Amino acid sequence: MGRPKIARKSTTVDMTAMCDVAFLLLTFFILATKFKPSEAVPVNTPRSVASKIAPENDIVMISMDKEGHAYISTGDGSIDKENKKQILNTINSDKNLGLTESDINALVAAPFIGVPLSQLSQQAKLPKDKMNSQTLPGIPIKDTSNNEMNEWMKAVHDVYQGQKLNLLLKGDNAAMYPSFKNIIDALKKNDLLKFQMVTNPQNVPEGTDLWKENMEKKPTAKE
Amino acid sequence: MAELDTSSGGGHKKGPGVKKSKKLSTRVDLTPMVDLGFLLITFFIFTTSMSQPTAFKLNLPADVKNPDQQNKLNENSALTILLGKDNNVFYYSGQLDPTGKNFKSSNFKDIRQVIMDKKNNTDSTFMVIIKPNEQSTYKNVVNILDEMSINLVGRYALVDISQPEDQLIRITQGENPGTSAGAK
Repeated sequence: MGRPKIARKSTTVDMTAMCDVAFLLLTFFILATKFKPSEAVPVNTPRSVASKIAPENDIVMISMDKEGHAYISTGDGSIDKENKKQILNTINSDKNLGLTESDINALVAAPFIGVPLSQLSQQAKLPKDKMNSQTLPGIPIKDTSNNEMNEWMKAVHDVYQGQKLNLLLKGDNAAMYPSFKNIIDALKKNDLLKFQMVTNPQNVPEGTDLWKENMEKKPTAKE
Repeated sequence: MAELDTSSGGGHKKGPGVKKSKKLSTRVDLTPMVDLGFLLITFFIFTTSMSQPTAFKLNLPADVKNPDQQNKLNENSALTILLGKDNNVFYYSGQLDPTGKNFKSSNFKDIRQVIMDKKNNTDSTFMVIIKPNEQSTYKNVVNILDEMSINLVGRYALVDISQPEDQLIRITQGENPGTSAGAK
């Protein structure tokens, strides 16, 4: 009555298949990753239930960091760059800043503009990698009487007349309301009444009215 | 890597002089490679921000110079939400009682219920007025605007805070109202 001999099976498993899967996934993730360009102005955006993806073309973006400093940037497309140049030209001639052609070209190439009008030529002379929220003081907005965002928005309004404009506001969680209000005031003054705020997506809480509405008409484009 | 082959004892069947080309196993231990692969996958998953930023639309009303043209508001159907510092939320419905007895304190969790209750108890003229004070943050404002879209409030407005309201908030928050800069 000997027990049947149980064959000693090797515990080594063929790893080839697993290895294939691992590297397939790895390749996918590497290729699918779009590296965030290191942001010179760190901004932690708040969350909202808005489901529309932020546009990337025809944009003028106002960033507001946690200290309430404002920076202006445009999209990377050629039309956006051209418009940025025109904005700078407009503001240069309006305010008699005396910027040279090369200054303006340098500013167009800069990732964002974050100095008071009087210091624009100094920013133009900074190398690109030195431009960040530490070196640049931001566009003055805190003082209602000296809200330079007004001038910028006036130029934006003039240049983008008749063109499609996506005005984005990217604010930091910790920024205080008065800075935000001053930016809104500058927009209002220049008849730029439509703007979008950049946020991180968040799920609609269950049981709320919006949630019920979304349940009724299966996920479609909502406002 | 024949020099590593120590198991050459077995087969000299072809006799001396006949070089036997030993069949080396082509199997490699893939475990470390798999480990590495998954490590990198984990790294990429964690560093990838899969979620694209979204955009939250806000349309501002044009400034009306003439006060007569401004939208008249049915006072009883309005809910006023005030934002203070440290994520404090205050609200009152209708008009602010001079003694401040309908001035209630809340937070971002509970305000949803307040909005829903008020919305269900009023007709279509329901409107929410949002008044952030100077100590509230951008996040608070976006959160409360988001609350409007969550609760499908069609009519809401971002309005400057008035002096008495600001005072009430500061008193409730335990500040000395005398030191307040006041609303502009």
